[in-house]
Amino acid sequence: MKILVCMKQVPQKDAPLKLNEAGTWIREDVSYEVNEPDAFALEEALRQKEKHSGEVVAITAGPTRASQVLREALAKGADRAIHLEDNGFVGLDAYNTARAIAAAIKDEKFDLIFTGLQSDDYGYAQTGVILAQILGLPHATIIMQIEKNDSGVRVKRELEAGFFQFVDMPLPAVLTIQSGINKLRYATLIGIKQAKTKPLRKVTMAEVQSAMGINLQKIEKMYIPEKSKNTQFIDGPPGEIAKKLVEKLKNELRVI
Amino acid sequence: MADTILVIVEQREGKLNRTSWETIAAGQALAADLGWSLEAAVAGANVSSIANEVAQKKVARVYDIEAAKLEPYTPDGFAHVLKAFLEQHPAKLVLMPHTYQVRDFVPKLATAMKTTAITDAVGYRYDGGKLLFTRQMFQGKFSADVSFAGLGPCFVTFQNGSFRGDKAEAGGAAAPVEKVSFDIPDGVVRNHPQEIFKEAKQAVDLTQAEIIVSVGRGIKEQKNIELAKQLAEALGGELAASRPICDNGWLPMDRQIGSSGQTVAPKLYLALGISGAIQHIVGMKGARNIIAINKDSEAPIFEISDYAVVGNLFDIVPPLIEEIKKAKA
Repeated sequence: MKILVCMKQVPQKDAPLKLNEAGTWIREDVSYEVNEPDAFALEEALRQKEKHSGEVVAITAGPTRASQVLREALAKGADRAIHLEDNGFVGLDAYNTARAIAAAIKDEKFDLIFTGLQSDDYGYAQTGVILAQILGLPHATIIMQIEKNDSGVRVKRELEAGFFQFVDMPLPAVLTIQSGINKLRYATLIGIKQAKTKPLRKVTMAEVQSAMGINLQKIEKMYIPEKSKNTQFIDGPPGEIAKKLVEKLKNELRVI
Repeated sequence: MADTILVIVEQREGKLNRTSWETIAAGQALAADLGWSLEAAVAGANVSSIANEVAQKKVARVYDIEAAKLEPYTPDGFAHVLKAFLEQHPAKLVLMPHTYQVRDFVPKLATAMKTTAITDAVGYRYDGGKLLFTRQMFQGKFSADVSFAGLGPCFVTFQNGSFRGDKAEAGGAAAPVEKVSFDIPDGVVRNHPQEIFKEAKQAVDLTQAEIIVSVGRGIKEQKNIELAKQLAEALGGELAASRPICDNGWLPMDRQIGSSGQTVAPKLYLALGISGAIQHIVGMKGARNIIAINKDSEAPIFEISDYAVVGNLFDIVPPLIEEIKKAKA
């Protein structure tokens, strides 16, 4: 099976984020990491390849720094990588991101395309589904299990409130992968070494621009959320905090 | 003619998803602010009873969109039928609840119509003639006001709890219900969904718990779960967790709170080392009292907390357990 994994670089989970001066995006001088569900998507692709043989290709769209995501993917076992490299890819809406990816892979035929179910930054949860529509492929979202069979794949979709559903679908197909579908592997030293010799194709904005259009949604302003509650901050040394909390639990919340 | 707002309510296996009332309330608020007309629709196979239920609310009209192949739900079927419907009945804004089902098909539908979906909105602003939808970004650390460009329709999905479902106004008389039938040609629906099921054991019903102590990534290691367990025991509450903890297998999946786990509204929700990602918040924001302990002063969980402690949970929880035991003795 030939599998494409769409991956994104996002700010580290506990990185302190600050707004830029225009208040339209974050200041980019933070530490980055692989978007968590995308790491699970890559792991799943590697496992499928180990079972059924084939090829795993990782793709990302972002500035130069985003190549780190691809290097990690190659070190973990991806066979090659594609980098849509430009600062401009950061500010795209999901439709344009999907169109750029579709344009970059137009000469390739994948059996499966994976994305994480959503990104930690925009949180659109849309790029994979849009990509499926552009490519004319069936899709399924929030996938927790993938079994290949004679007619295609049987996937397990996560639904709300603890419900699940198996769906049979033909290949090729696009799947958005949920965190926790598998256990992530670490890159080995030899893997990291081998990654340096694996092919990494760079695609410029100019090469895919004709497939794209204006952003249909635009962030006018980004800001710290307005508080909906009147929060009481409790401080002091730990022992004192404990005492104050118990006082609240007893006299205000009446749960003790 | 006034522009139209269309609310597409959600049904699953012939039952109305109650979250749909929140979307009706959102539609009513937008219609009042914009001076637009509000219509509603339900799509499925034999869903006229749901259309009649929705017609009790203050809407100009309800469309009962019927196609035999809409049952069971597939993204191909829903995108096909709703696109055909919207081409016949244009709307400027199309609103839906942000459910797992909607997020499965709405990006496909919007793309098929060469437009976009603003997903997981928590509200809107309308000033100076400009309509903006508010979304959470960076896992709830920021909010963003988002504008829409293009010819439309603009699809918007609203996060659970963004509007009050019980505030959806009833109409004076039942709104007219119009039945619109479609045929889905063979070959359009490519997925074959099986029956929906629950994993065999759901041992814990956290929805009934009065007190919940919940742990997140800040607990760091599996062995530290014991500390949270002791706190839960001292308070006489249940132990729960955010998704990453259950993904790691540190606690069973049936103790997970959030969009993919249980939705709870206890008297006390004590969050230990939980940052407050949107997917978690939607599962617990209904708690009457929220206490959060987190070392990151900018953690979004503090936005919805009644009592906030910025600090290291490993310093604070042990004396807290002792003080609770003393108070209870």
